[in-house]
Amino acid sequence: MRPVRGKRIVAILAAGGLTLAAAACGDAPADTPAAGGSSAAAAAYKACMVTDTGGIDDKSFNASAWAGIQAAKAGASNIDAKYVSSSSEADYEPGLRNFVTQKCDYILAVGGLMGDSTKKVATESAGSQFAIVDSGSSGANVYPMQFATQQAAFLAGYLAAGYSKSGKVGTYGGLKIPPVTIFMDGFADGVAYYNQKKGKTVQVLGWDKAKQNGTFADSFIDQNKGKTITQTLVSQGADVVLPVAGGTGLGTAQVAKDSSGKVSVIWVDQDGCKSAAQYCDVFLSTVVKNVEEAVKESVAKGAKGEKLAATPGYIGTLENDGVSLAPFNQFDSKVDAGLKTELDQLKKDIISGTVKAESASAPK
Amino acid sequence: MTAETATEKEPVEKETFLNVFLRNLWSSNSVTVTALSIVLAVIIGAVLIVVSDSAVLAKFSYFTARPGDALDASWTLISSAYADLVKGALGDPQAFSDWMSGAGTWQNAFAPLSETLTYAAPLVFTGLAVSLAFRGGLFNIGAQGQAVLGCVAAGVAGFTFGLPIVLNLIVALIAGALGGALWGFLPGLLKARTGAHEVITTIMLNYTAGLFLAWLVIQQGIQQPGRSDAISKVVAESAQLPSFGGVLRVHLGIVLAVLTTAGVAWLLNRSAFGFELRAVGSNPHAARTAGISVAKTYTLLMAIAGALAGLGGATQVLGTAYALTPSVAGNIGFDGLLVALLGRNRPWGTLLAALLFGALRAGGNRMQSFTGISLELVTVLQALIVIFIAAPALVKAIFRLRAARAAGLGVSPAKG
Repeated sequence: MRPVRGKRIVAILAAGGLTLAAAACGDAPADTPAAGGSSAAAAAYKACMVTDTGGIDDKSFNASAWAGIQAAKAGASNIDAKYVSSSSEADYEPGLRNFVTQKCDYILAVGGLMGDSTKKVATESAGSQFAIVDSGSSGANVYPMQFATQQAAFLAGYLAAGYSKSGKVGTYGGLKIPPVTIFMDGFADGVAYYNQKKGKTVQVLGWDKAKQNGTFADSFIDQNKGKTITQTLVSQGADVVLPVAGGTGLGTAQVAKDSSGKVSVIWVDQDGCKSAAQYCDVFLSTVVKNVEEAVKESVAKGAKGEKLAATPGYIGTLENDGVSLAPFNQFDSKVDAGLKTELDQLKKDIISGTVKAESASAPK
Repeated sequence: MTAETATEKEPVEKETFLNVFLRNLWSSNSVTVTALSIVLAVIIGAVLIVVSDSAVLAKFSYFTARPGDALDASWTLISSAYADLVKGALGDPQAFSDWMSGAGTWQNAFAPLSETLTYAAPLVFTGLAVSLAFRGGLFNIGAQGQAVLGCVAAGVAGFTFGLPIVLNLIVALIAGALGGALWGFLPGLLKARTGAHEVITTIMLNYTAGLFLAWLVIQQGIQQPGRSDAISKVVAESAQLPSFGGVLRVHLGIVLAVLTTAGVAWLLNRSAFGFELRAVGSNPHAARTAGISVAKTYTLLMAIAGALAGLGGATQVLGTAYALTPSVAGNIGFDGLLVALLGRNRPWGTLLAALLFGALRAGGNRMQSFTGISLELVTVLQALIVIFIAAPALVKAIFRLRAARAAGLGVSPAKG
C-alpha cells in the first residue's frame, strides 16, 4: 500500500506545483515599492472605526459609516483608515481601547448600543477624539452624529398618500427598534397631514403611531418574509409600500416588479436606484439617512485639524441634508407636478417649524 | 472517545523513564493529539492569512521570477499576525518594558492577560454545563438559552432589589443560576417524562430564550429610562462582580469559575450523584437495573447543567456588560459546546479549553486591530482545532502517531 500512496501524493504535489508555477510565472515589477504600501504621508491622520455587531457588510449604518471614512480618505491623502468588527457586545471596549493604544486620531463607534462603552473608554482616554453614530454625546471628546429621520419620512408619507390611487399605503419594519420605527412614525404622520390638508382618508397599513405597534419581519435579510408581508399588504389594498427592513425589503421590490406597475416602493437609507439598482423601476423615492456624508465631513474636518465640538454635535435634518427625500428617478414623469410643489413647500415648512414632524424615537 | 493512557502503570523492564516518556509523548494520547491539533490549525490558519491578503497574494503572481518577494511578505504577515495574537492574549513585551522604565503603567502591561481571563470566565461555566450533561449521556445544546436566561435573571435581580453590598451580588448570582436551572430543568423533565429528545427541546428553547430577552428589554420597568433603543437599566454597583476597573476588565468571575470547576470535578468523581450520572451516562438500562432512577438523574442533571450555564450568563451581565441588550450573551453558549469538546468533557480540561478560547478571542481582537486580519480567522482557528480533536484518526494519520496502548505495553508497534 505504502509505495502506491506515496506515488499518489507525489503526483498530486507535482500537478499542484505545475498549476501554481503556470499561474506564478508573471514578471516581477521593475522596482519594489516601499514595504508596507499603505503608509503614505508622514503626518497621517488615523481614522479608526469599531462596528457594532452588525459587522462591516450590514448594508446599513456600519457600511455607510465605513463608506464615509473611505470617501474622506479619497478626498485627503493624509488620512489612514482602519476598522475592526465586533462579534459580540463584549468586544466594544477592547476594540475602542486597541485603537487608543494605536494612537488613532479619530475613533468612530457605530450605533447607540455602543454608547456606554464609548463613554467609559472616552472618559479614561481624555486625549483621544471619539465620534459616535446614532447616539447622544457622552463627553467633551465624543462627537455625536444623530439623524432626525422622521422629517424625511414625513415627506415620504405625504408623497405616498398623494401618489396612491387605492387610498391605502403600507409599511413594515425589520425589527421594532427606534432606528426603524422612527421611519414609520414620520411616514404615518405624513399621511395624516395629507388627509388633514386635503380632506382625504388615505389609510396606513402596518403601523399605528399612537399605539406604536405594527407589522415586523423580525429579520433584515429574509427576502421571502418581505414578499409574504408585502403580498398581504397589497391584498389589503396598499399600492405604495415603505419597507424599513434592509435586505428583507428586496422581497417587497420583487412583489412590486411582478405587479407590473401597480405597486411601487419607497426605499430607505440610501437611494434605492444606487443601492439596489436592479429594482430602480419600482422605487418611487427613497428616505435617505446620510450617515456616509456625516461621517465623511467629520473625518475631513478632523484631518484638517479642526475641533469636533461635542455640543451640539451633528444632527442630520432636512435643513442640512443629513436626511432627505431622494430624487424620483424613473417616477419623475409619473409624479404630479402639483404634488412636487407641495412637497417642496412642505419641506420648507418642516425646516421652519410650521409643520411639526415628531417621533418618540427622535434624537433629543 | 480516545483511549486515555498517558500514564500507563505497566512495569517495563530495562527501559529508562525518559524512553517511556518520549515514546508516550509521540503516542496518540489525548494531550499529544490536542497539542498537534492546535499546531495543524495554526498552520492552516497561516495559509488562510496569506490567501486573504490581496497585497501579499499579488506577490505570488510573479513567484517564479522573484520568489523572495512573496515568501518575505508572507512571512512578515504571518509572523506579525501570530505575534499580535500572542501579545493580545498574554502581554506585550513593549508594555512590560514601558512599565519597568516608568513610561507605562502596570495596568497596561497586564491588560491582555486580563482580557483573556475576561473572555474565558463565562466560557468555563457554559463549557461545564455541556460537559457535565454529556457525562450523563445528554447532549445539552441548550447552554445558549440557559445562559440567556441566566443573563435575564441576574440582570433583573441586579437592578431591582437594591440590597446592600455583597448580599446583592450573591442574590443576583443565585438568580442567574436559578434562571438557567429552569431552562435546563424543562428539557430534563420532558426527557424523563416523555422521552422527548433533549437535542430538539434545548435547541428550541434557545430560540425561546433569545426572543424572550429581545422582548423583555424594551418593556417598561426594564428598559433604561431616557433610552429608546433596546437596552435595560444598569445593574446596581453593589451587584457587579468586583473588578480592578479601567483597562483591567478582569473580574471575580474567573475566580468563581475555577471554584466551580473544582466543585463540578468533586460532584462528578466523588459524590454519589456523580456516580449515578456516570452510570446512567454509560448505560441507562444497566443503571436502571441497578436501582438508579434514570428519570430523576436526567432531570436533576439538566437542572444542574442549566444552573452552570446560567451562572455563565450571570458573569457576563454582572462582570462585563452591566446591562441587558438582545445580544448580551453573545455566543457563549455555543462556544461552550466547543470548549467542552476540546476539554474532552472533563472539568479541568474544560477550564483549560476555556482559557485557550479566551486567549484566542483576546488575541484575535488585537490581531484584527493591529494587523487588520479579520476576527473570523479566530473563529476558523477555533473550529479547526475542534475538528481535528473530533477526528483523532486524522491527526494520528498525519503525524503517524503510535497507538497509545501498544506503546505503553512496550510492544514494538509495526512501523507506520
